[in-house]
Amino acid sequence: MDDILVAENVSKTYGNYTALSNISLKIPRNCIYGLLGPNGAGKTTFIRIINQITYQDEGRIWFNGEPLAPKHISLIGYLPEERGLYKSMKVGEQALYLAQLKGLSKQEAKRRLKYWFERLDIGDWWNKKIQELSKGMAQKIQFIVTILHQPKLLIFDEPFSGFDPINANIIKDEILQLKEQGTSIIFSTHRMESVEELCEYIALIHKSEKILDGRLSDIKKAYKNNIFNVGLQLKEDGDALLHMLNDKFSILSSHYDKTEKQLDFRVQLPSSHTAEVLAELSDHANINHFEETIPSANDIFIQTVKDKDHDG
Amino acid sequence: MTGKLALIIKREYLAKVRNRSFIVMTILSPLLIVGMIVLIAYLTKINDNEARVVSVLNESGFFQEQFRPSQGLSYVHFDGISLEQAQDSTNALEYYGLLYLPKGGTLEEVAQAAYLYTKENPNTNVTQTLEGVFQQQLRQNRLVQLGVSPEQFSEVERPFEINLATFDGEKSVKGINEIKAFIGGAFGYAIMMFIIIYGGFVMRSVIEEKTSRIIEVIISSVKPFQLMLGKIIGTSLAGITQFIIWIFSASILLLLVLLFLDIDLGAVAAQTSMAPGMGSNVSQFSGTMSKEMILYTREIINIPWILLIGSFLIYFILGYLIYSSIYAAIGAAVDNETDTQQFIFPIILPLMLAIYVGFFSVFNNPHGPIAVGFSLFPLTSPIVMLMRLPGGIGEGGVPLWQLLLSIALLVVTFWGIVSLAAKIYRVGILMYGKRPTYKELFKWLRY
Repeated sequence: MDDILVAENVSKTYGNYTALSNISLKIPRNCIYGLLGPNGAGKTTFIRIINQITYQDEGRIWFNGEPLAPKHISLIGYLPEERGLYKSMKVGEQALYLAQLKGLSKQEAKRRLKYWFERLDIGDWWNKKIQELSKGMAQKIQFIVTILHQPKLLIFDEPFSGFDPINANIIKDEILQLKEQGTSIIFSTHRMESVEELCEYIALIHKSEKILDGRLSDIKKAYKNNIFNVGLQLKEDGDALLHMLNDKFSILSSHYDKTEKQLDFRVQLPSSHTAEVLAELSDHANINHFEETIPSANDIFIQTVKDKDHDG
Repeated sequence: MTGKLALIIKREYLAKVRNRSFIVMTILSPLLIVGMIVLIAYLTKINDNEARVVSVLNESGFFQEQFRPSQGLSYVHFDGISLEQAQDSTNALEYYGLLYLPKGGTLEEVAQAAYLYTKENPNTNVTQTLEGVFQQQLRQNRLVQLGVSPEQFSEVERPFEINLATFDGEKSVKGINEIKAFIGGAFGYAIMMFIIIYGGFVMRSVIEEKTSRIIEVIISSVKPFQLMLGKIIGTSLAGITQFIIWIFSASILLLLVLLFLDIDLGAVAAQTSMAPGMGSNVSQFSGTMSKEMILYTREIINIPWILLIGSFLIYFILGYLIYSSIYAAIGAAVDNETDTQQFIFPIILPLMLAIYVGFFSVFNNPHGPIAVGFSLFPLTSPIVMLMRLPGGIGEGGVPLWQLLLSIALLVVTFWGIVSLAAKIYRVGILMYGKRPTYKELFKWLRY
């Protein structure tokens, strides 16, 4: 019961094309879960299955501990990647319609819409038609409509596309706020910088298969490979020191500034030798910085996908 | 669930009814239709009133009184001039033509040698009128030679029409089958027009949801089938609204125009039905005419209206649902309207076939094998069966089993087509990019 959504061995094929093969995932309650993968990996298919827009061929899905069923639709909010609104319909009317389709009563929908329109500072758009608004403005309305029925699980597919940086930030803060209030969030994207900021958990889907999942910090730990960035203030000649270090360790890159007597390098250390190395270095120089490089989500993403492709 | 369907229907209805072009069409169409009728009536009148003048140069002793002005044709008699002079004068006066009757000993000779000179090829009406005059005279002349007096002649000339009755002993009138088929045809035609117009609306509305990319937002809340059904029902309600407005406003407008122009509809009707008896003893005819009118009226009242209207509703609803779900599937399969052409043609084909088969075959023989076949085949039955039904059910009309079989086939087809269309719709609405082939559509059925 710690997980809002559990998928077990979910597969889906379209004719000869395999969209998902044997995907198993656990999405913990009250966290932001990043669903990552290159274009065409199968993310959208998986999300559509959760939304019961399409159905898996095999495998089972539990929502909130129960087998996924039509009654759960009103507990899920979905912002698709391909999204839009009726162009010639008025903003308020449209928002009311979509909210009512999610099961809200007209009065309740109106009350909540009023709150959100005020909150995102778009109150005076109520009687405008969508075609009069800019793309970013329409995106705000889409966001409101997605979250209005206060779903337990929110699914955002590339939520920041179409937003300028300022509005993207506003939306990001709203997403974090929703998480604070107890909503579980699935966040599908291939923009890694937002993953670093938002996600606690990630799953990486590539060519219809899940190739990696877990807590982001755990994954990062598993992917760090004892590479350190070191900066030294030298007392003596740098070249000699560099030469000596090169004999002992594998230096990946280095930069020596003769006038300032500064040496910066990246080094791959054998595990659990950190103290020893530090001691040796401090004999020769003052240490400006000595830090382990943590791989970024982007690095992990690229590396795993590449490895997978090499394996065949 | 039904609440959501109602929401969708309401939105589709309002979106359609508030649409500016829809409003314009609703208001403008009756004006256009009435305007067309008035225009046609006016033009016909002008056409009829166009006086063709034929000059007559009669050098014979015959045909002195026979060329009397008739509809659209009047005569100017030349006297004592040569043919050339007459031709020049006719040209100069811009008359339609010159009828030349040379000297001759007998009526026959004169008629054989007579000529009509015109600038261009003469109008058939003119030649027919002139020929009629000659023929009448020649016949009378021949009969007189055989010893028949003119009085006897007019007695002989009285036209004859066979008396008609059904085996039930009811008197029937000529042409009533055509009238009945025409009434049925009008219902069938209304169904076809409704399908083509509002099916197209359904299709465009689906395409709009696809191109505006709202579709996935909506089907994460409702089932695609609900959306499709709601769209079809909402659009058809808008269509029915439009039809009702049209019928009311067009009839009011027509009535106003008639009052204003002082055209007596009754007189018009009487005139046209009088046409076959024209030129003969009218007073003798008026009695039988009105008897005939009564028969016509009785036949039309005797048309099983309740059956007809009831069947119209059944065939209309089922037929419209079948076709508009195909339209919805087409809308889902494509990205824009220009791509729809290749798919629309196969839908229009059975509709057109039904109308043509109806008008050519059912009118002649409402219960012949072709008529029966097409009134059973589900894609044409909504139109063709309605053309047969004014004849009633049972003896002399459509056998009851045919009607029931036709409806049963239609219901089965309805179920089959709607579920197939719903499958294509469900897959198609999420497919963007390229225009699918028929093969791909077939594949979608199994997704």
